[in-house]
Amino acid sequence: MRIIAISVDPPETNRELCRAQGYTFPFLSDTNAAVIRRYGLAHENAGPGGSVISRPAEFLLDATGTVRWVNLTDSFTVRARPEDVLKLVDTLKLATPPANPGAPTGAVAVPPGS
Amino acid sequence: MKRRWNIQIWLGFLIVLAAPVTYVAIFIRYPVTRDFPWATLLIFALGLALIARGLVRARREPALYRGRIAAPVIMTLGIAILAFFSYNIFIVTRQLPASKGAPQVGQKAPDFTLPDKDGNQVSLSSLLGSGTNSALLIFYRGYW
Repeated sequence: MRIIAISVDPPETNRELCRAQGYTFPFLSDTNAAVIRRYGLAHENAGPGGSVISRPAEFLLDATGTVRWVNLTDSFTVRARPEDVLKLVDTLKLATPPANPGAPTGAVAVPPGS
Repeated sequence: MKRRWNIQIWLGFLIVLAAPVTYVAIFIRYPVTRDFPWATLLIFALGLALIARGLVRARREPALYRGRIAAPVIMTLGIAILAFFSYNIFIVTRQLPASKGAPQVGQKAPDFTLPDKDGNQVSLSSLLGSGTNSALLIFYRGYW
């Protein structure tokens, strides 16, 4: 399971944020919002100086890159809660890599948080 | 006879002021008190109730308590602060554009390549590791 964060912030801001918060997962910089637009998440005139930023959104992807769950919040103070996402990862059996096609999914016990 | 200082008005006003301050300082950090700000609304209610009691006291016993003029002013101010807070929390935060064309469940997430915090180009497909990793993709507003 990979966690990937994306915003319009430049790498320097992300480096500072990761250092301050101790985040170890990849923080990617979409400074011209090209990917944000491609994902239909552009929030025009919401950034500094009327720039475009991303509206908050979370996607759970399986190993083939297919969207299995998406959360497009109505309010930017309301985000997906970590415990709910972990539950979904269990329900959708996303923590288990499909190493053995044909084998029943979820047959391997995976410790939580892996 | 010297009239008493109507402390409920001022205590209530202090509590009303504390409501948005504690929301920004404390309650915004926890989803339980952020997603719906019940704790902050309770603090507002407590403060406004105290001001209201002070207001009633000043009107009923004007010979005993001060604040006949201050109480309505403070009450109006308190309600205005609550209105401003509610407008920001319930309306401004919801002014998000519709996410037209966002990938839906069952669709393939478009691949992309972006620089990470060290400037290295990273692609979604490489992070998925040709079918070995699932992923949680988080788009956020950024710290600018």
